[in-house]
Amino acid sequence: MASRDDIKFLSNPKIGLKSKKYCRFKKFGIRHIDYKDPDFLKQFINEQGKILPRRLTGNSLKYQKKVATAVKRARHLALLPYVADLLK
Amino acid sequence: MNQYEVTFIVDPVLSGDEIVATAQTYVDHLQGEGCKIVHVEEMGLRQLAYPLNKRTTGVYFCIEYSSEKGSINEKMELAFRRDERIIRFLTVKLDKYGVKYNDDKRKGLIGKKKSEKAAVAEEAPKPKPAPAAAEPAAKPKAAAPVAVAATEEE
Repeated sequence: MASRDDIKFLSNPKIGLKSKKYCRFKKFGIRHIDYKDPDFLKQFINEQGKILPRRLTGNSLKYQKKVATAVKRARHLALLPYVADLLK
Repeated sequence: MNQYEVTFIVDPVLSGDEIVATAQTYVDHLQGEGCKIVHVEEMGLRQLAYPLNKRTTGVYFCIEYSSEKGSINEKMELAFRRDERIIRFLTVKLDKYGVKYNDDKRKGLIGKKKSEKAAVAEEAPKPKPAPAAAEPAAKPKAAAPVAVAATEEE
């Protein structure tokens, strides 16, 4: 009799079980997003310097708006590029 | 009583004294208008993410001040526009969380960030800031292996 360990799955059964996304600002109680901190803001932009959507970052609407504002301010001050290639 | 924060970039071609003097004129200007200066931060010479006025680096300053009337900001911005030594500026009104954040940052409660920034300013960048500096060509790349070597020695 084959035990469960012997069964070979065609695909990894854990693939579908992604951990649920969460808003890091709500979870860790971050109330203010500093536009002068480009290293932190780089988590929310892609390689081209575009702002990542909420469906990827998991931010709540309130903080996604604040992230967007902070990124735009950082761009104005040349802390982040408006357009880039291979930013990360 | 509102609290504001103005960040501006000074032309790096000027000598060190002139750069400090430029920042000081705006501090004096604010004080002359009856504002209370909360903090003046010199963020130092940084690589710009894109060229501004044919400059690739700039000296960043950040002045935090509180004022009864918001009309001071218009005067400040006019002065910034007229000043050729200023490459770029941004005035922001701080909400209560922003005030608290800056307060905590000065006390070192947001300590991890502050120590990292200090490390960047003082010596070669540590592994985390290194990718941030990766874009501006050769100089930071040359510095990055040094930082890796330093961590390995430790």
